[in-house]
Amino acid sequence: MTTKSLVSISDYKVDDYNRILQLASEFEANSYQNLLHGRVIATLFFEPSTRTRLSFESAINRLRGRVIGFADIGTTSSTKGESLHDSIRMVASYCDLIVMRHPLEGAAKYASEISPVPIINAGDGANQHPTQTLLDMYSILKTQGTLHNLKITLIGDLKYGRTVHSLIMAMMNYNPTFYFVSPPELKLPNEYKQTLAKHNIAYSEHADMQEVLDISDIVYMTRVQKERFSDPMEYEKTKNLYVLKNDMLTHTKENMKILHPLPRVNEISMCVDASPKAYYFEQAKNGVYARQAIICHLLGINI
Amino acid sequence: MGDIQGRHLIVSALKNGTVIDHIPSESLFKVISILKLETIHSQITFGTNLESKKLGSKAIIKISDKFFEQDDINKIAIIVPEAKLNIIKNYEVVEKMIVSLPDSIEGITKCFNPQCITNHEKVVPKFTVIEKSPVSLLCRYCEKITDQEHFILI
Repeated sequence: MTTKSLVSISDYKVDDYNRILQLASEFEANSYQNLLHGRVIATLFFEPSTRTRLSFESAINRLRGRVIGFADIGTTSSTKGESLHDSIRMVASYCDLIVMRHPLEGAAKYASEISPVPIINAGDGANQHPTQTLLDMYSILKTQGTLHNLKITLIGDLKYGRTVHSLIMAMMNYNPTFYFVSPPELKLPNEYKQTLAKHNIAYSEHADMQEVLDISDIVYMTRVQKERFSDPMEYEKTKNLYVLKNDMLTHTKENMKILHPLPRVNEISMCVDASPKAYYFEQAKNGVYARQAIICHLLGINI
Repeated sequence: MGDIQGRHLIVSALKNGTVIDHIPSESLFKVISILKLETIHSQITFGTNLESKKLGSKAIIKISDKFFEQDDINKIAIIVPEAKLNIIKNYEVVEKMIVSLPDSIEGITKCFNPQCITNHEKVVPKFTVIEKSPVSLLCRYCEKITDQEHFILI
């Protein structure tokens, strides 16, 4: 373990990834255990996120831990002007571990410097969401049998999508080939391309997903949000280019799986859901196992 | 002779203290502000828009009886990485120091990202220096890059 908290995906190295993924598969086999009996875990959602919070709380409840916390800043002292510093100091004395989501970037890192108990970053603004990355990796491993040498296509908002950025940084360790498909406004930032080039990772950029769907092992869809476009006309023109439909899957590889961090709006047509290649709901389920693994890893609990 | 006389007019002799040379003219007042020279009571001489072969136009600061700590020197390095310090004792240059940026800095400039926690809570901003010329800083909190043109000194 390189650090006591999990704030950024870069806190972990390949050994940590492997350990978490191994633990996650053990939790998938046996998700209901007594491991957190007698422990209290706080879930502090300074910004609401129903999906992530429920996933964490399910993970904790299945291991018989108790949860305290809040789902919405409206019910906390932050609305009375309490600083994050004081909130964390206070809550840390009530629990064994803190899971937090906060709208400001770097909030979890700051909390980890103050808190005597481990912090799990469940999202800090547009910055990091490392447990999402680990559950994405677990989903890739489970469906492909390996993390190595895969052809991974990332589609949609590659500019602002933090899940995309973290997944690229983590998967870079396993010699992938990346295909980036996005509207010109939402291309992957240069700093990531430079990092890939520095590590000799092959990648190419495309405006049309049809060019790369048939050669992909993993297709990772993300939402293209209207508010990201300065010109609404541009959005109307391009939005349908980034919608995945069933007929596009005809010639894709047998092992290909479609992932999506959810929530989905319309970028994956409902008709795709019945396809054996649609994996996004199982992916969400894997989130519970990955989070069980991360919590036990941070608390030093052996299973 | 003419040359020596010319130099003498621009830079009068300092008995003890520090000469900060090779400051680009446009950065002089920033350096004064970073070093909080307004709080120093010994004699200080400034010169700016002086001719410089290297910089075109440079500024110089001479501070009597003042010897800077490493931390202060680091602060200058962010704005004027090309500056040079001469430590003068008894009219002689006893030490020449080239300003150089450390690998990490704390509490000198703000993070450029308005959404960064350091701009909302009382947190001392901390950066990893990822490029030294031009200076580029990676925030240790929000992981965003602040570059030289966006520095806001604290």
